[in-house]
Amino acid sequence: MLNLFTQARRAAGRAAVGATALALAGLTVPAHAQETIKVGVLHSLSGTMAISETTLKDTVLFMVQEQNAKGGVLGKKLEAVVVDPASNWPLFAEKARELIAKDKVAVVFGCWTSVSRKSVLPVFKELNSILFYPVQYEGEESERNVFYTGAAPNQQAIPAVDYLMENEGVKRWVLAGTDYVYPRTTNKILEAYLKSKGVPAEDIMINYTPFGHSDWQTIVADIKKFGSAGKKTAVVSTINGDANVPFYKELGNQGIKATDIPVVAFSVGEEELAGIDTKPLVGHLAAWNYFQSVDTPANKDFIAKWQAYTKNPKRVTNDPMEATVIGFNMWVKAVEKAGTTEPDKVIPALIGVAVPNLSGGFSAMMPNHHITKPVLIGEIKDDGQFDIVEQTPGLIVAEEWSPHLEGSKDLISDWRSPLNCGNFNVKTGKCGGAGN
Amino acid sequence: MISSARLRRLSCALLLALYGLCGALFSQPALAQDISAPLAQLATDNYADTEAALGALALSGSPAAAGIVAALADGKLVFSAAPRQVFLRTETGLVDPLTLQPVADPPAVKPVRVNNRVRRAIEAANGTLSLVSPDPAKRLEAATAVARSRDTAALPALDLALSKEADPKVKTALTLARASIVMGQPGVSDAERIAAIGLVGAEGNQDALAILQGVPADSSPAVKQAAADAIAGIERSLAMWSMAQNVWYGLSLGSVLLLAAIGLAITFGVMGVINMAHGEMVMLGAYTTFVVQDAIRTYNPGLFDWSLIIAIPLAFLFTGLIGVIIERTVIRFLYGRALETLLATWGISLILQQAIRTIFGPTNREVGAPSWMSGSFDIGQLAITSGRLWIIVFAILVFVALLATLRMTRIGLEMRAVTQNRRMAASMGIRTNWVDAMTFGLGSGIAGIAGVALSQIDNVSPNLGQSYIIDSFLVVVFGGVGNLWGTLVGAMSLGIANKLLEPYAGAVLGKIALLVIVILFIQKRPRGLFALKGRSIEA
Repeated sequence: MLNLFTQARRAAGRAAVGATALALAGLTVPAHAQETIKVGVLHSLSGTMAISETTLKDTVLFMVQEQNAKGGVLGKKLEAVVVDPASNWPLFAEKARELIAKDKVAVVFGCWTSVSRKSVLPVFKELNSILFYPVQYEGEESERNVFYTGAAPNQQAIPAVDYLMENEGVKRWVLAGTDYVYPRTTNKILEAYLKSKGVPAEDIMINYTPFGHSDWQTIVADIKKFGSAGKKTAVVSTINGDANVPFYKELGNQGIKATDIPVVAFSVGEEELAGIDTKPLVGHLAAWNYFQSVDTPANKDFIAKWQAYTKNPKRVTNDPMEATVIGFNMWVKAVEKAGTTEPDKVIPALIGVAVPNLSGGFSAMMPNHHITKPVLIGEIKDDGQFDIVEQTPGLIVAEEWSPHLEGSKDLISDWRSPLNCGNFNVKTGKCGGAGN
Repeated sequence: MISSARLRRLSCALLLALYGLCGALFSQPALAQDISAPLAQLATDNYADTEAALGALALSGSPAAAGIVAALADGKLVFSAAPRQVFLRTETGLVDPLTLQPVADPPAVKPVRVNNRVRRAIEAANGTLSLVSPDPAKRLEAATAVARSRDTAALPALDLALSKEADPKVKTALTLARASIVMGQPGVSDAERIAAIGLVGAEGNQDALAILQGVPADSSPAVKQAAADAIAGIERSLAMWSMAQNVWYGLSLGSVLLLAAIGLAITFGVMGVINMAHGEMVMLGAYTTFVVQDAIRTYNPGLFDWSLIIAIPLAFLFTGLIGVIIERTVIRFLYGRALETLLATWGISLILQQAIRTIFGPTNREVGAPSWMSGSFDIGQLAITSGRLWIIVFAILVFVALLATLRMTRIGLEMRAVTQNRRMAASMGIRTNWVDAMTFGLGSGIAGIAGVALSQIDNVSPNLGQSYIIDSFLVVVFGGVGNLWGTLVGAMSLGIANKLLEPYAGAVLGKIALLVIVILFIQKRPRGLFALKGRSIEA
C-alpha cells in the first residue's frame, strides 16, 4: 500500500516535470517562422522612475504602430517587446540581457537615468546590440553600441546660460542640483564655462540636495539672500524629478518671481508641469531641444496623432519623447539602408542618417553617435506650456567630451574607420581616454 | 535738469494717465500725445524694441498708455506685421489701441511676446503710471515697484508724486523709492546720497541691503563709509533674524515630520507592528484630497476653499477602512512575528503603490491650495508662509485630538489596556481582536489625514509615501516607542536640529550628520527620548 502510494506520487511528480518541460519548450521555441522584427522597450513602468519613463514606453509603442501602418520595415511588421526594469539599476542589466538573448530583439529603446545606462552598457557590448538613449545627460561617454539622441551639456546647459547672460544680464549664478552624476558633471562644466566668461568665484553658489528633497525653505531663503547682493541673479537648476514641485512651490511661497530671480531648469518639461499649479511659475525658464508649443506643421501633426493614440486630448508631449521619435526614425532608416537588422551592419549605417525633427529641421547622427539639435529656451506660461523665447539659428553638434573639463578636453570620438574609437586622445594619439 | 515745460508736460502726463481727462482740460497741441512711434515699435517680436517702446509709453503721458501696458501684461496686445500696427484684443474683436474703436477689416495678427525682461519693464511702467492712482494701496504698490526697478527714468514722476502725496505711509515708500534711485545716479551730491543711504539703511531688510550694495564704486569716501556702516548694521540685525528664521523652518519641518510619524506612533509605537505600508496610507490620504478636489472642480467650484476641510474626514475614513482591512486580512495572522510582518507590509506597500499607479497614472497629480493657505506675511524680517503656519497648527490639532482619544474615550482606554496587558484585558471582557483592528485603523486614518496636509507641500504621486517612511520610523524610535509625547518632542527636535545644521553643512551632509547623531543616541538610550516604563515593555 505504502509502496504503491509512493510510486503513484513519483509518477505524478514525473508527469509534472514533463509538463513543465513541455511548457518551457513551448515558450522558448517559436512554433512558427519568425515574421516580425522585434523592438525592445527598456523603460521603468514601476518604482520612482515610472513617472518619467512610462511615457517613453508609450511613445515607442505608438511609433511601432505608426511604422506598421506604413508597412513595417524590410517588408516585416515590427513587434514591441516591453519589459519593466522597475527603477532598479541591476535589474536594467538583467532585463537588457533578457531582451537581447532571449527575445532576440533587433534594437532596444530605453533607460532614463545615467546609472541605468551605465548598468546596461556591458550587456550591450557583450551581446553586440543597439541601444537608443533618449534623455539629456552629462556627456563624457561615447560607446559603439549606444546612440544618444538626448542633449549633451553643450546642447542644453551652455546655450541656456548664454541666453541668461545676454538677455537678462545675469551676473550672479546659483547652480542648484540633485546630488548625483548628471548635476555634478553639468555644474562642473558650467562652473568652468562661467569662469572662462569672467564670472568671479564669489558670484557662483553651488548647492546639492538629496533625491526627493521636499523641504526647500532654507535653500530658497539662501538663494533669496544670494540674489539680493545688487547684481542680477539666476538659478540654473539640475534638480531632478519629483523634487522640483516642492522647490517651485517654495519659490512661490517666498515670493520669488521670475522677474526677480529667474530659474532655468534642465529637467522640467511639460510632463513635470502637469502636476503643479503653474501660475506662480510664469516666466521661469527651461532649456530643451523641443517644446510642445513648437509651431510647425510636423509637430502639430505629431501631437494630434499622439493624443488620438493615447485617447487623451490633454496628453502632453515633451523633449525625451521627441528624442525617442528621432531615434526610432533613424533606426528605421538605417535598417532600410543596410537591408538587414544585423547590428554590425546597422551601427555603421546609422552614422550620417538624417531625419526630420519636430521643430522644423533635420537632425543627423554624427560619427560620435550623438545627434545635431536646435536649442530652444522657453518661459513657463500659466497653462503649463512653454513660450519659446529663443531658438538657436542653426543646429548644434554635441560635444560629448566637454572642452571645459580637464579630463576630457583632449578627447574626441569617431566611430567611423579608421579611428573607430569613442575616446581618442588627440594629444597622445591613442585610443583609450585621458590617462595616456 | 528738467525744464519747466517738460515738467508741465510730465505732470499733465501723469494726470492724463490717471484721469484721461487732461486732453479735454488743456487743449494745447503739444499735449496731443503722439505715441505712434512707440506703438509702431511695439509691433515686433524683438524684446529689446518692446522694452524701449514701453519706456517711451510710460513717460508719454498718453491716456491710452495704461490700457496698452495692461493689455500687454495680459497678452491681449496683438500686432500685424504688415502694416506694422498694434491692436487690443477684446471679447468682441480687435480694437484700435488709441480710439478703442473696432477695426473694420482685421489683418492677421499675433500677440506681442512677453518675456521676463519685458515683464520687468511692464512692472516699472505700471509703477510709473500708477504713482498717482487715487487708491493709496495702489500707490504704495507702485512706489515699491519703482524702488525695486530703480529706474532712473521714473525720477521726475516720483518727485511729482512726492510733492502731492498726503498719505504718510505712501510718502515714506515714495521717499524710499526716490532714495534708492538717487543712490546709484551720477551727479548727485554727497549730502543727498548720504541722506538717501540713511533712509534706505533704516529699512533694515534684504532689499535695502541690495540697494546699498549698489552704491557706485566711484563715490566719495564719506558716501562709501556711510554705506558700509549701514550695510554692517543691516547684516547684524539680519543675522539675528536668520537665527529666528531657522528655528521657524525647523518648527515647520518638525510639524511635517510629526504629521508623517504620528500615525506610525500608533501602529508601530503602540501596537508594535513594523508597518512598512504606513507611507502608502499617507499617499492614499493625499490621493483622497485629489479626488475630492477633482469632484469639487467638476460639480461645485465655489466650494474649492473648503476642499481640504471636506477631504480630512473622508481621508480618515477611507485610509482607516483600508487599515482595518489590512489588519483583518494580513497582519492579525502575523502578530509576534516581526520579520514576517515587515515583509508582508512591505509587499502591501508595493501593491498599493502600483494600484494607484494603474488607476491614476505614474505622473504627479495637481492638488491646489485654497486661498487661505497661499501667500505669506512678515513679522519683522521673518517671512512666514501661511501654508506652513497652517500645517503647524494642523499638526498640533491632530496631536491633541489623538491624545484626547487615547486618554478620554472608551476605545482609547481599551487600546491602552490591550497594548499593556493583552491577556488581562481579554479576561476583563475586552474584545481584543476588535480593538486591534480599530487601533490599526486609527493609526492608518491618522496617516491619511497627514496625507491631506502633505499634499499641500509635496508631490501627489505614487511615490509620495516612500519619502516619509524612513523619517517616520526615525522620529518614532528617537522619541521613544509607545509614547505620543516622545513622538512630538522627537519630531520637533529633529526638525529644528536639521534646519540649524543645514546652513552650515548643506542639505546632504546635514541629513547624514543628523542620522549619525540619532544612531549614537539610540546606542546610548535604546528606548529613545521617553522610554515607556513598566512591565509591559519587558514582555
